[in-house]
Amino acid sequence: MSEQSYVRDEMLPELPPPATEVGVIGWMRENLFSGWLNTILTLAGIVIVYFAVAAALPWFLNSVWNANSLSECREILEGEAGACWGVIRDRFNQLMFGFYPHEEQWRPVLAFVLLFVAIAPILFNPMPLEMKIAWGGFIIFGLWLLWITGAPILAHLAFLVAGLALYYEPWARKMLFFSALYPFIMVWLMWGGSAWYVISALLGFVIGYLIYRLLEPIMGFLIAVIVSVLVAIGWWFFLAAPFAAWMAGIIPLELTPVESRKFGGLMLSVMLGVTGIVGSLPLGIVLALARQSDLLIVKTISVGFIEFIRGVPLITLLFVASTLLNIFLPPGTEFDIILRVMIMVTLFASAYMAEVIRGGLAALPRGQYEAADALGLDYWKAQRLIIMPQALKISIPGIVSTFIGLFKDTTLVSIIGLLDMLGLANAIRATTAWNGIIWELYIFIAFVFFIFCFAMSRYSMYLERKLQTGH
Amino acid sequence: MSELATERQVDRSKMRVSDEVAIDIVNMNKWYGSFHVLRDINLTVNRGERIVIAGPSGSGKSTLIRCINRLEEHQKGQIIVDGTELSSDLKNIDKIRREVGMVFQHFNLFPHLTILENCTLAPIWVRKMPRKEAEEIAMHFLRKVKIPEQADKYPGQLSGGQQQRVAIARSLCMKPRIMLFDEPTSALDPEMIKEVLDTMIELAEEGMTMLVVTHEMGFARKVANRVIFMDQGQIVEQNEPEEFFNNPKSERTKLFLSQILGH
Ligand SMILES: Nc1ncnc2c1ncn2[C@@H]1O[C@H](COP(=O)(O)OP(=O)(O)OP(=O)(O)O)[C@@H](O)[C@H]1O
Ligand SMILES: [Mg+2]
Repeated sequence: MSEQSYVRDEMLPELPPPATEVGVIGWMRENLFSGWLNTILTLAGIVIVYFAVAAALPWFLNSVWNANSLSECREILEGEAGACWGVIRDRFNQLMFGFYPHEEQWRPVLAFVLLFVAIAPILFNPMPLEMKIAWGGFIIFGLWLLWITGAPILAHLAFLVAGLALYYEPWARKMLFFSALYPFIMVWLMWGGSAWYVISALLGFVIGYLIYRLLEPIMGFLIAVIVSVLVAIGWWFFLAAPFAAWMAGIIPLELTPVESRKFGGLMLSVMLGVTGIVGSLPLGIVLALARQSDLLIVKTISVGFIEFIRGVPLITLLFVASTLLNIFLPPGTEFDIILRVMIMVTLFASAYMAEVIRGGLAALPRGQYEAADALGLDYWKAQRLIIMPQALKISIPGIVSTFIGLFKDTTLVSIIGLLDMLGLANAIRATTAWNGIIWELYIFIAFVFFIFCFAMSRYSMYLERKLQTGH
Repeated sequence: MSELATERQVDRSKMRVSDEVAIDIVNMNKWYGSFHVLRDINLTVNRGERIVIAGPSGSGKSTLIRCINRLEEHQKGQIIVDGTELSSDLKNIDKIRREVGMVFQHFNLFPHLTILENCTLAPIWVRKMPRKEAEEIAMHFLRKVKIPEQADKYPGQLSGGQQQRVAIARSLCMKPRIMLFDEPTSALDPEMIKEVLDTMIELAEEGMTMLVVTHEMGFARKVANRVIFMDQGQIVEQNEPEEFFNNPKSERTKLFLSQILGH
């Protein structure tokens, strides 16, 4: 018995692992040369990368920036291969703004930087330290952008105040209010005209909300909603325009009007992308919930909508937006082309969004619904507090993929004659100065899109990490 | 399984059964499609009763207690909880769910909320309690289930036993008059079963009306005032624990007890 018994009374020290297991060599052994197949693939990869770089690098190194036409560029290069980035320099303004009047370009810039002020309280709440530093950089960058596009001092000040407000915790939360106002500010800045039209459109929402608050305790939820929606619609149709005209007569708040046909370039893509993203998420949620509804009519409508939209190419919808829609509208109504495209893009994305969110809903265990029920939460509260936060979290990768797809799809508007960057690229290549240029333009466009899409992708990863609660 | 996983002495002084009826189930029937799960259930539960429901798998125990807070809908008969009859009237359902707490086999905590938020959610949104007050109540019950220090963690960071105690605290925060337990310990490791059972015993000692589906026969012996045996959707036998275990009447009960207590 005692022969077999053994007690360790001295603990062995911890030793570092052998050198072949750690460090660069260990990593290479494990990841690049862990077998003959892997070794061959690694070597083949190195060869391919070598040839690609060898072919492209001289072209990149021979870049010409100071040229106003392709022939001028070729003269400078003297027959050698080289990139003519001069086209980007020459047409940069157009690629960014389309034909938006030069002296008004501070307006899209202001709208763009304010966009970040509007989404920051939603995206980063509360702001982590790295973000606070990055945000300071962004404020300086935004001021610089406004400065070089010749914005009035007032625009600088407005942006500075709004940007700094996010630093101050008690105000930062109130900035959600600004997020709600932003779409109206954006419309006014982009299209110009009298601010009163936008304000009076906004008033419709305010009136509707006030009436809802007034009626809800007396008549209950449903009637209050119906009445307030009807009153708001009545306001928009009959009173909003006269009210705006009347107010404009008293206090003119005018910006030079800019018509939609002049919109273009990256500005247009961002506008379409952002409205699509902002609009498709709530619409997608509603559609996903409707699709799960027990009410047959609601369910059928939702399924029909989703399947129809998903079964039709976006281009078709854009054609409908650009031509057919006019036929259905009462004659004489001016329905802005960009607004129509925005609606189509939003509807298109929302069908995909609905399916992505439905996937998230399906992944939730039934126990979550039951626990919510057992605690006495009603359907809407359960959705809002328990189900949606989890379903959306599960769906983040899919949602962001849809956003990225949507943003890239905005390039399709060039087919119905709106000049986004891709449409402009074709136009630029058709001019005598730049006839024959291909790579430089498309590389630039690809690069710009990549930055936006990559940023979205990184943000989604940040969000997933932030929402990780250890399960 | 046979003995209670706790040695705790049970103080029966406050476990008084009153004459007031808490739950009255009359000729209740339920079908899943064409499958007759619950057949002619008649059960009256007085305030202060601790009832343990036992029976083989698939006998309809879960379905029965889930009907009481309308997680499942019954098709025939009546269920009256605290004088309110369960029907498709949403007002009644809401009212009953506010009075009846439920603890599930798989805890069903909300993983995206902290422990404290799990506990304050319903009081704030259903009872319209101010946040501060709800948090005080939540902390009170978390202390009671002995995990106040975990309040700011997420459910995923807790052990199974701790999660189940949070689930009990979460239900208690709604100040229910009746508690339903559906196999609260059967997803737990043996050493965690004890902590959950202790919590339930404490609750019983304070006079809570409890319906417990469980295979913990030790718990039934010590805490229950009545044991109900179900088989094939019917109540086959019910009795005081002593009688039930020592002197079962029906053959099915005998078979079941020999399987669960035997070996
Ligand atoms: N949603 C459902 N649809 C159809 N049949 C169901 C459903 N839920 C349960 N059943 C069936 O009803 C019967 C009773 O189920 P129940 O869950 O009430 O049993 P139980 O006594 O709780 O069993 P266990 O001890 O395994 O939990 C079982 O035969 C089960 O297969
Ligand atoms: Mg069960």
